[in-house]
Amino acid sequence: MGFIRFVWAGIWRKKTRAFLTLLSLICAFLLFGLLQALNVFATSGADFVGASRLITQSRVSFTDSLPIRLLPEIEKIPGVKDVSHDQWFGGVIGENTQMFTFASDPARLRRVYPEWVMTDAEWKSFENTRSGAIVGRVLADKYGWKVGDKLPLKSNIFPKKDGSMAWGFDVVGIFDGKDATWQAQTQSIYINWGYFSEANQFGAGIAGTYAVVLDDPDRANEVAQAIDARFMNSPNETKTQSEKDFNKGFLAQIGDIALIVNLILVAVFFTILILTGNTMAQAVRERIPELAVLKTLGFSNLLVTVLVLAEALFLCLLGGLIGMLLASLMMKGMAQAVPFFAGVRTDGTVWLRAMLAIVALALAVGLPPALRAGRVRIVDALAGR
Amino acid sequence: MFRQLYEIVLLNLKSIPERLGASLVIIVGIAGVVGVFTALFAMSQGIETTMVASGDPLNGMVLRGGSQAELNSTLGRDALDLAARAPGVRKDARGEPLASGEIIVIAELPKKGGTLGANVTLRGISPQGLALRPQLKVVEGRAFTPGLQELLVGRGAVDQFEGLGVGLTVRLRGSEWTVVGVFESGDISESEILTDAATAQTAWGRPNTFSTVLVALESPEAFGPFETALKLDPRMSQVEVKNQAKYYSEQTEQSTQGIRLLGAVVSIIMALGAIFAALNTMYASVSSRTREIATLRAIGFGGLPVVSSVMVEAMLLALVGGLIGAVITYVVFNGMTVSTLGGNFTQMVFAFQVTPGLVGFGLVLALGIGFLGGLLPALRAARMQVTTALREA
Repeated sequence: MGFIRFVWAGIWRKKTRAFLTLLSLICAFLLFGLLQALNVFATSGADFVGASRLITQSRVSFTDSLPIRLLPEIEKIPGVKDVSHDQWFGGVIGENTQMFTFASDPARLRRVYPEWVMTDAEWKSFENTRSGAIVGRVLADKYGWKVGDKLPLKSNIFPKKDGSMAWGFDVVGIFDGKDATWQAQTQSIYINWGYFSEANQFGAGIAGTYAVVLDDPDRANEVAQAIDARFMNSPNETKTQSEKDFNKGFLAQIGDIALIVNLILVAVFFTILILTGNTMAQAVRERIPELAVLKTLGFSNLLVTVLVLAEALFLCLLGGLIGMLLASLMMKGMAQAVPFFAGVRTDGTVWLRAMLAIVALALAVGLPPALRAGRVRIVDALAGR
Repeated sequence: MFRQLYEIVLLNLKSIPERLGASLVIIVGIAGVVGVFTALFAMSQGIETTMVASGDPLNGMVLRGGSQAELNSTLGRDALDLAARAPGVRKDARGEPLASGEIIVIAELPKKGGTLGANVTLRGISPQGLALRPQLKVVEGRAFTPGLQELLVGRGAVDQFEGLGVGLTVRLRGSEWTVVGVFESGDISESEILTDAATAQTAWGRPNTFSTVLVALESPEAFGPFETALKLDPRMSQVEVKNQAKYYSEQTEQSTQGIRLLGAVVSIIMALGAIFAALNTMYASVSSRTREIATLRAIGFGGLPVVSSVMVEAMLLALVGGLIGAVITYVVFNGMTVSTLGGNFTQMVFAFQVTPGLVGFGLVLALGIGFLGGLLPALRAARMQVTTALREA
């Protein structure tokens, strides 16, 4: 306890300087938090699903829908246990607010995605209601939708047979995720594929992409190759990959922006490193006679080193935590205010990285002066040499 | 007075090398701020320039109502004929209306230097399509031949994707397509691949549909009557007509907005951090010269010259830092082409543009940081009690 108070007193030895250093550290970690949140958002989503499912898309691109007649053929391939299909609906509400809406077969969706949790009654109702739609919990809460509500959904791709783009569905269920990670993903809408297929103007038979469950997850590569080989040289060549790779590819489309955000982070950190490092070194320089007095009083070299290092760590920790806290608050505000940042947040990963950065920064700026402080010779220092 | 000012400023500047370490802090800090600021805004500037160059304000795009992006839109085969015959459509030298039915599909190709694929727009255009894009120049090879599975590839797409060089083949829908030429146009089309509309329709099994119809109109006033004429036709009632130039700027509004906001937030926070660091440095600089400043005061130098000397030092260091930051950004980023997600969920290629205006703004930012960072320490220096200061160690 005495040690901590001593360190604390050392930090505030020069109030103005300590305060200013703290403020620049807060700025650095505020930026760190914001940019890492973006970075994690742009790269991580891929990690949250296991490799247990395969996604079969058209080889040309995932926007090219595969026809439904591939379904029985995929089911026949050895190693395939179950298959579902999702067609991007281009759902829009209001003027121009995009909704992640997919047309899926309810029974297959339930079997292939056990991660989505709903009551039996709701699943039954989804299967039996042609104009039924189920909405993810997060989305439903955001818009206040309840079972029994009309969903004013339009499509920006598919007209109905009468040419109208305004479909309209009945909310028959609200689905949850099986755990916190999946719960956070409940931001989509599923509509009944059977109805979609009959009622859209472009004709029946559009399936979109297929999700394939395997008998044995270890044979994923083999089955993926078998599926692609089956449709080789047909107009509907396929590309089958694990769900994880599919998501990764999806996010890779954001492309160089993530790279640039990383470059900025490096620039910011390098700058702060130089700034803080210099201040710390300066602080130690000024205190050399003081450190010599400590040693005269019986402090060992190691203890003096630890003391200086602890000051650096405390200062970085204080600045880092305040900065990250501010970042969390700001990100929350920005995510709500600007659609571009929707879904970006400072989650556990970001905090973990911040902690690592705090320790790394403290070592980088604290270690050189700390070692120097440990080496101070009493006689020289007291004589002012 | 001015003589005093001159002498003391000179004295101060000459002694900077003695405080090199601390001075470097200001320079590096501000170089970082200006560098990051310039880089982020050069990016949004690059996107904007590409967009402003894209689309002719005299071109109209016919889309299915409510589809928002070309990719979502579907029109029937007759849309081309009806649009071409509608009033207000410009004719070429042979009296043919300038109208092109276009089909948009997306192809996933491997990006250069990576294993993952990214989306590129493949646009099938009608025979008049090239005439509607006068800015497009074939710089290598030749244009595609209608009826053959041949591709004419934009410079940006060639740079960003693997395997799009002239003579190479790309596998799409179960058959090989040959790249026969490369074009430059200085706008968003450079991120795309062009081919013959009829060939693409056949290959994608969509023989009777277009995504959009692009028409050249006689004048800006022709838009209204053109759209009305189409809408009055029962076969076309669901369409909307967009100004091509406006369409492109709308498509990227969201991403440029996002990047600008990001740039502003990052720059402001970094600038704050740099101000604190500059304050620190200048306080240290003043405190290390306590006795020197007190001596100057004692022999008759006024408060104003002392304040000015500290301010000039801070701002000069800031300016140097700003210049270094701007130069580094210019060298590293100017002209660098990158790609990100654009309107049709495909890659949009653009180049960073470090403009003189941006550099100027960056330098003003640097000077502002130097000013704020120098002001308080300068005032402290001027307010020093001469007698106490002289006694300080």
